[in-house]
Amino acid sequence: MTASSGLLAQPFVRRDPVPAAPPPALVGGPVAWIRRNLFSSLTSTALTLAAVLLLALILPPLLRFLVFDAVWTGENRDACRPEVLGRPVGACWAFVANKINYFVYGSYPIEARWRADVFFALLAFGLAWMLWLDAPRRDLGAAYFFVVFPLASYALLAGVPALGLPAVPTSLWGGMLVTIVVSLVGIVVSLPFGVLLALGRRSRLPVVRLVCVIFIEFWRGVPLITVLFMANVMLPLFLPGDVTVDRLVRPLVGIALFSSAYMAEIVRGGLQAMPRGQFEGAMSLGLGPWLTMRLVILPQALRIVIPGIVNSYIALFKDTTLVSIVGIFDFIRTIESARVDPNWAAPTVSVTGYAFAALFYFLFCFGMSRYSRFVERRLSASHAR
Amino acid sequence: MTIIKAALALGLGLCLFGGAAQAQATLTGVKQKGYLACGSNPALAGFGVPDAQGRWTGLDVDFCRALAAAIFNDPTKVRFIPLSAKDRFTALQSGEVDILSRNSTWSMSRDTTLGLDFPAVNFYDGQGFMVKKKLGVTSAKQLDGASICTQQGTTTELNLADYFRANKLKYEVVAFASADETFKAYDSGRCDAFTTDASGLYSERLRATAPDDNVVLPEIISKEPLAPAVRQGDAQWADIVRWTHYAMLNAEEAGITQANVDQMKSSDNPDVKRILGTEGKYGEAIGLTSDWAYRIVKLVGNYGEVFERNVGQGSPLKIQRGLNALWSKGGLQYGPPIR
Repeated sequence: MTASSGLLAQPFVRRDPVPAAPPPALVGGPVAWIRRNLFSSLTSTALTLAAVLLLALILPPLLRFLVFDAVWTGENRDACRPEVLGRPVGACWAFVANKINYFVYGSYPIEARWRADVFFALLAFGLAWMLWLDAPRRDLGAAYFFVVFPLASYALLAGVPALGLPAVPTSLWGGMLVTIVVSLVGIVVSLPFGVLLALGRRSRLPVVRLVCVIFIEFWRGVPLITVLFMANVMLPLFLPGDVTVDRLVRPLVGIALFSSAYMAEIVRGGLQAMPRGQFEGAMSLGLGPWLTMRLVILPQALRIVIPGIVNSYIALFKDTTLVSIVGIFDFIRTIESARVDPNWAAPTVSVTGYAFAALFYFLFCFGMSRYSRFVERRLSASHAR
Repeated sequence: MTIIKAALALGLGLCLFGGAAQAQATLTGVKQKGYLACGSNPALAGFGVPDAQGRWTGLDVDFCRALAAAIFNDPTKVRFIPLSAKDRFTALQSGEVDILSRNSTWSMSRDTTLGLDFPAVNFYDGQGFMVKKKLGVTSAKQLDGASICTQQGTTTELNLADYFRANKLKYEVVAFASADETFKAYDSGRCDAFTTDASGLYSERLRATAPDDNVVLPEIISKEPLAPAVRQGDAQWADIVRWTHYAMLNAEEAGITQANVDQMKSSDNPDVKRILGTEGKYGEAIGLTSDWAYRIVKLVGNYGEVFERNVGQGSPLKIQRGLNALWSKGGLQYGPPIR
């Protein structure tokens, strides 16, 4: 009794909360996640199993080809020939390593390639400044990216003999350099042009509206490949023999105008989505039409169409490969040319070249897509669900 | 962006003012520009391919270098403008390139209706066959009943039909859309033989899974004389192109090579003297200097050297000289005398 009375004298008072028991395994944790997301119903289970089966079918041979059986180093075709190595040969990355300079610069003169490198560095700097939303002085960044950078790049890449940079004819440009230049021109030109065209199309002045409508509908009405053929095959026939417009500038102009027309329609979509109240509110504040556009309408309209804009940029980036058909040595074209090199003739060389191209385009397009998701989330806090 | 605006303004202005002033001599134009604009092949093994640093190599691009060597004494004064099969003739007609050295077959219709001239044949090609060694076939005549892989919608398909009909042989065509697919199919054993132009057979064989298990049959069933092309109406320019090729042939015939051309300059052989310009002023008659052929051989090489280096034994292709041997060795390459 004494013992029990002693216990009673000192009643048990719990000072710490009982540690929470983990939720039952069927509610939280990875098992539950899997159950909830992958096997929640019969259909879902079937789909999951099908997906796993598909991966099991595709992944091992893909990995075997791209990684395990691949050849990483070598000087010529012998490195990638199965009868020389005595084993099945997957991707011939040695070929890509050997030709990488050609893939990046094309035929750009070796002694001048540092200029292309500086161009890439300037571009990376400008992009970082523009894309990092919290960067200081983004107004300066915009001035740099849209004015200083294009001029500097032109001087660097094409050359200014007066400044000691010998001219490099564009027929020597090639590879990723050309792909990036072409898409950059398209991207940089199309947004401002597109906004102007979209505003013009909604203008109350009939002449402005008509001009914009005709421009947009004309460029939307012809396929890009036709534009390129016109520029590179037909244009020289119209010009007198002693005058030639540069072979690279022709498709550049074509692509810039073409993408501007598409951009105009995307931006117009954003403008249409603006409720009338926004205009009226701006007017009631005493803003003129230009200020209304700049401060109230465009920031909202452009935010709405970010997915559309990025979509069109991604499409443009991939469409630049079409210039290869008219003899411009973009990245894809350099791969096409390099893969026929008899010094690298081996069964898997072509496939390796294309795999490398796919990787390159995927990285760029996926990057653009992820960045646009980030910006959307950042800017649409008010719409967040 | 400034370039674009300038180009636009320029383009618009020129569309308005239009008009043609093309009759001027090509040689004068080339000298004024300071370089030769050469329409080349974007990718053809042995004829025009970029090396790892992007320098063009091949039989056709070396022909343009020879031309530049003759004109400027500098084989690097060439700008290669790679042209697709579609826009090659337009580029030449519009004056965008001065010469098209891009494995173009010289045919009557091209010669007569396109306003072009084909001054000299620098490679005699023709359609041939490749078979697996293990079939034991040594002649195309033994291909009775064979299945043959070929590319759709090309003249090779027609030539094939003609040849088998003329020889009363049965065959089965397996046609594919692209050259790559066609060869892949042959390589994987889908058909007994593969046919395309002989130069193409050699380059495709290299990418077979086991190149040595395939043989190229000796028969050539079509004529594909590949020739550089120039615009019609400039006789002097056509002469320069023609004689550049002949100079390379004559140099080979006389035994003048890139290595010995300087010693040969002091040779007593009158042929050699005339070729190298130590006797007579033949080069001046076509608007060049009298040592034009010396420059070509010194800076680019004679025909045999260029051939072996790009497509022959010095290259992975290992194409036999065959029809492209000198006339004195049983081929068709015949350089008229320089005298």
